Amino acid sequence: MYPAEFDYVRVETLDQAVSLLAQHGGDAKLLAGGHSLIPMLKLRLAMAETVIDIGRLAELRGIESAGGTIRIGSLTTHHEVATSDAIRDHAPLLAQAASKIADPAVRNKGTVGGNLAHADPASDLPAVFLALDATIQLRGPDGSRDVAARDFFTGLLETAKSDDELLVGVTVPGLGSADGSSYQKVEHPASGYAICGAAAVIRGRQVSLAYNGIADHAFVARTTSEALSTSDLSDDAISSALDGLTVDDPMQDIQASGEYRLHLAKVHGKRAVRAARDARTS
Amino acid sequence: MGQKIRVEVNGTSHDHEVEPRQLLVHYLRETLGLTGTNIGCETSLCGACTVLVDGRAVRSCTQLAVQADGSSITTIEGLGQNGRLHPLQEAFHEEHGLQCGFCTPGMIMASAGFLDDQPNPTEPEIREALKGNICRCTGYHNIVKAVRRAAEQMGGES
Repeated sequence: MYPAEFDYVRVETLDQAVSLLAQHGGDAKLLAGGHSLIPMLKLRLAMAETVIDIGRLAELRGIESAGGTIRIGSLTTHHEVATSDAIRDHAPLLAQAASKIADPAVRNKGTVGGNLAHADPASDLPAVFLALDATIQLRGPDGSRDVAARDFFTGLLETAKSDDELLVGVTVPGLGSADGSSYQKVEHPASGYAICGAAAVIRGRQVSLAYNGIADHAFVARTTSEALSTSDLSDDAISSALDGLTVDDPMQDIQASGEYRLHLAKVHGKRAVRAARDARTS
Repeated sequence: MGQKIRVEVNGTSHDHEVEPRQLLVHYLRETLGLTGTNIGCETSLCGACTVLVDGRAVRSCTQLAVQADGSSITTIEGLGQNGRLHPLQEAFHEEHGLQCGFCTPGMIMASAGFLDDQPNPTEPEIREALKGNICRCTGYHNIVKAVRRAAEQMGGES
């Protein structure tokens, strides 16, 4: 199964990538690990006149940890995230979710930036970055800008990133030892995509619960998170907050009805919040 | 417009001009004639096309040949040395880890990448490592036994 023909350019610098993107706009696609783009090109769900290969830009790769903040370059692979000591120490939720993406061969090649920019509603990282209150860095012809993860995912495969921008990295405020987090997932048995993925983070008294797989894009369950933040986080309080969860327009497809997805969101939301609560070492 | 690439495949260096859209698996099978790597689902789900690129197991159906420029690739043909089967191949043989054999090259290459990271795996770890490799002859039990046996053999040799 071949993709349709395209021109191919491998860039050596970030500036070159940005200027090529500005030149080609929506007719160009960025290639990193290729695990979102190549299947889309093969199935003709995406078309590109020009493929800009950013896969060799060393400056976009790697994980840095300083002053309690973790910065992940966009070309960092899921395997690197899942096995990073810095991420296991300061954002274990992220390592946990990355280790549940698809299978090892996909994790060896798929990248964090590609995953976020593609914004598949059933992928694992978006809700995790939402719950962690991460910030996404974009670079475009007018320079750099930061977008809060909460403002980044806007619809089905839609993000706040414009066609002439490139996702360069993500910063995550790390968790302390008194904080807790957990990712609970129901996955499709063949693809490993999330039918429901619940990411819970508890920082101090603040609870943040976000979902993958439930709606057309990952989202924070705001009302439920607020109810949890003012509760005592007992099992009863968690159950009661999650029983009140509503989702405006849950996805329905051959894998699960909207009603079933909402049910999964409640059950796995409860499990995620309880596990996050119990992960705290106070 | 062709793109020049240089790759090392099973220890031999190759220079070719490839079409940008050519997938690595087609380059291996059609340009180099290495048909041991199979094409299964073509959608990154079945694992039949798994090869090692710079030592890590990847799907050759979800990678362009141009992306592999400068890389060192190992396919099932390159695993045995000096006319002797690799311990994984030997173990799949001994434990009857295959029936039709279609998934076997991918199973073995995924296992080879895995054993490099985890030379002494538990059974659940082996099953997790091979999660992305599908066998439709219902042979997982013997496949897991084969990987475990190979791990013991390889541990014994080093």
